[in-house]
Amino acid sequence: MIEFRSIEKLFPDGTRAVDDFSLVIPSHKTTVFVGSSGCGKTTLLRMINRMVDATGGELLIDDENVASIEPVRLRRRIGYVMQNSGLLPHRTVIDNITTVPRLTGVPTKDARARALELMDTVGLDRAMAERYPAQLSGGQQQRVGVARGLAIDPNILLMDEPFGAVDPIVRAELQQELLRLQRELGKTVVFVTHDIDEAFLLGDQVVILEKGARIAQKGTPEEILANPASDFVASFIGADRGKRALSIRDVDGERVVVDGDGNLAGRLTEPGAA
Amino acid sequence: MNLFADAFAWILNPGNWEGRNSIPQFIGEHLWYTVLAMILASAIAIPLGWYIGHTGRGRDIAVAATGAARALPSFGLLFLFVMIGGVANRDSSVMIVLALLAIPPILAGAYAGFEAIDRRVIDAARSMGMTERQIVARVEIPLGLPLLWGGLRNAVLQVVATVVLVGFVRNATLGYPIVQGIQINRFDQMLGASVLIIVLALLLDAIFALLERYATPAGVRAGRNRDHRTSSTRRRAAGGATPASTEKEMSV
Amino acid sequence: MTWLLDNLELIGRLTGEHLRLSAIPIVLGFVLSIPLGWVAYRYRLTRGLILTLVGLLYTIPSLALFVLLPAIIGTPFLSEANVVIALTIYAVAIMSRSVADALGSVDPDVKQAATAIGYSSFRRFWAVDFPLAGPVVLAGLRVVAVSTVSLLTIGAAIGIDTLGYLFTNGYQRGIIVSVLTGVVVTVVIALVLDRVLVVIGRALMPWTRASRSSERSGVTRAFMTARRVREAVP
Repeated sequence: MIEFRSIEKLFPDGTRAVDDFSLVIPSHKTTVFVGSSGCGKTTLLRMINRMVDATGGELLIDDENVASIEPVRLRRRIGYVMQNSGLLPHRTVIDNITTVPRLTGVPTKDARARALELMDTVGLDRAMAERYPAQLSGGQQQRVGVARGLAIDPNILLMDEPFGAVDPIVRAELQQELLRLQRELGKTVVFVTHDIDEAFLLGDQVVILEKGARIAQKGTPEEILANPASDFVASFIGADRGKRALSIRDVDGERVVVDGDGNLAGRLTEPGAA
Repeated sequence: MNLFADAFAWILNPGNWEGRNSIPQFIGEHLWYTVLAMILASAIAIPLGWYIGHTGRGRDIAVAATGAARALPSFGLLFLFVMIGGVANRDSSVMIVLALLAIPPILAGAYAGFEAIDRRVIDAARSMGMTERQIVARVEIPLGLPLLWGGLRNAVLQVVATVVLVGFVRNATLGYPIVQGIQINRFDQMLGASVLIIVLALLLDAIFALLERYATPAGVRAGRNRDHRTSSTRRRAAGGATPASTEKEMSV
Repeated sequence: MTWLLDNLELIGRLTGEHLRLSAIPIVLGFVLSIPLGWVAYRYRLTRGLILTLVGLLYTIPSLALFVLLPAIIGTPFLSEANVVIALTIYAVAIMSRSVADALGSVDPDVKQAATAIGYSSFRRFWAVDFPLAGPVVLAGLRVVAVSTVSLLTIGAAIGIDTLGYLFTNGYQRGIIVSVLTGVVVTVVIALVLDRVLVVIGRALMPWTRASRSSERSGVTRAFMTARRVREAVP
C-alpha cells in the first residue's frame, strides 16, 4: 500500500506543483493518475521512488516513510517504466533487462536466465536478446522497458506514460498485454497517462487530476462514468459532449445509434429483417 | 614540380638520417612533445570535463573559456611563456603552452559528450537505482566517448601544429628545419620538412579518426541510420537538426 | 610600460594591417563556401568529395601550408598573398562544412511548405533555406573569424606585418611587454569581431532572438562544427 499524506511540492522557482495531496493506493491493483500535461501527475509518480522529493507531508510505502529510505536502495525495489523506454542505447536487450539485478549483485547467469523468462512474459522473442534497442520497433522497445521494470520482481511498478509514443494499434496491443500481465502478476501498478480512455481501460482506481495535482475525482471507472463529480470531470471524460452517451434516433424510418456529436455509431437491424 | 623533387631529395638524403639534427630525431622530438602534451592535458581536462558534464556545475565558465581559448594566438603564447620561464626552463614552458592549448578542445569534448546524451536515458538509469557513480561509469562515460575522442582529435591537431612553432624557440622538432631553412634560405629543406609535418599530422588524425569510430558503442552505431534518440533534445532544439539531416550526415 | 607608450603608433599600424589581412580570408571564405557548401549538401557524391578534401586541408599545420603553397601555386613565399590564400583555405574548410550542415538542419516541412506555396527552387534557397540555415552558418563564421585572427599572427614568421611581428621582434629583442601586448590585442580583436558577428546575426535574424538557450549552446555547436570539419577524413 502506498499512502500520500498531505503531500506538497514547491519547486525552487516558486511553482507549487502539488498542494496538500492525500491518497491511498491499494496493493495489487492498478491506480491510474490521469490529467492534462502540467497537472503534476508525473511529479506525484516520481515521488514514490524519490526521483522527486516532496517538500511537505509524508509518503508511506507499507507504512514506511520513503524519506527514511536511501533513494538508490528504494529505487532498486521499485520497477519503473517510462515513455520512450529509456533503454541504455549501448547495451543489448538482455543487458538492459539485467541491469538492475546485476547492480544488486545477482550472478550474471541467474540474471540472464530470469531475463529470458521475462522476455517470454512480456511477449518478446528470445531471439532479440542480443539486439540493441535501436534495432527494435517502438513497441518492442516498450516491452523491453516493461521487462526491465519487472526484472527485480518488484511489488510496485511505476509506469510514466509508457505507451505515449507508440502508434494507436501497437498501444492497444500493449494495453491488452499489460492487463494480461497484471492478472498474472498482481503488482501494485501506478500508471500515469493523459489519455482518459487508457485510464478507464487499465485502472482499478482512476484518479483525475486538475492543475496543482488537485484530485477532481477518484473512483472506479464505472463510478466516475456514472457520476462525474464536477463539470471539469464531465468535460474531461467527454460526458458533456455526450461522447460516451449513445442514443438511438429515427433517421428516415431507420433506427440508428448515434453518439453525442451526432455521428453514426451503428445501425439497429429490425428483428426479422435480417 | 622541381621544388618537390628537391624537397624529396632532401628527405631521402642519407646524410639527413643520421647524427645530430637528423630527420628521425626531429620526428621523435615532434612526437615526444605531442604525446606528452596530450597526456598532460588529458589528465586535467578529461576528469574536469566529466565533472562539468555530470553536474552541470561550472558549465557556463567552461563554455566561455573554451570559446575564448580559440582566440589565443599559439605563436605568441609560446614566446611569452618561454620568455617568462627563462632559458633554463624552456622545455617546461613549451610543455605548459602545448598542454594549455590542448585542454579546451578536450574539455569541450568531455562535457559535450555527456551533454549530448539523451536526458531520458540518464533519468531512466537513475530511476532504476543506479548511484551517481554508476551513472557516470556505466552510462555517461561510454555514451560520451565518441565526442571525447572527437575532442582529443581536435586537440592533437592543435598540438601537432603548435609543435611546429616550437622550432622557433628550440632547435628541435620538425619545425626547426623550416625555421633554419628560412634563415639560410634553403627551400628544399623547408618544403621537405613541411611534407613530413603534413604526413605526420594526417597520420595522427587518421589514428584518432579510427579511435573515434571504434569508441562509438555498438548499439549507438547500430541505431544511427534508423533513429536519432542518442542526440540530445537540447542539441536538436538548438540546431533544429531533423532526422533527415542526421541521416544525410551519416551517409557520408 | 615605456615600451608600450613609445610604440603606440607601431601597435596601431600593425592592428590596422591585422584587421585588413584577416578581413580578406573571412569574407572570401564566407562567399566561396555558400556555393561549395550547397553542392556538398545537395549531392551525395560531391558531399563526400568536398568534405573529405576540406577535412584534409584543415589538418595541415599553418606554417607547413605557408611553405607548401608557393611550391604548388607559385605564390612568392614571403608574400601577403601566400598568407591570405592559406587562411582562406582554412576558412573555406570550416565554412563549407558549416554551410552544408546548416542547410541540412532546415526543417524539411518548412521547405516543402515553401515549395507548395509556389517558390521556385532558386528563390526558395535565398528566401527560405539560407536564412533558416543562418544560425548554424553564423556559428561556423564565428569560428572562422576567431581562428583567422589568431592564425594570422603566424604570418610574422615569414615576414608579413601582422600583430605577430610583436611576437617575433619582442622575442628576439627580449621585450616581454611587446609579446604580451601582441597576445592581448590579438585576443581582443578576435573577441570583438566575434561579438560583432553575433550582433549582426541578431539584427539579420530577429527570429532567433527569442531563444537564449540556443545562443548559449553556440560554443558547443562551434566545437561540433570544428569536429565535423574533419569527420569525413578516413
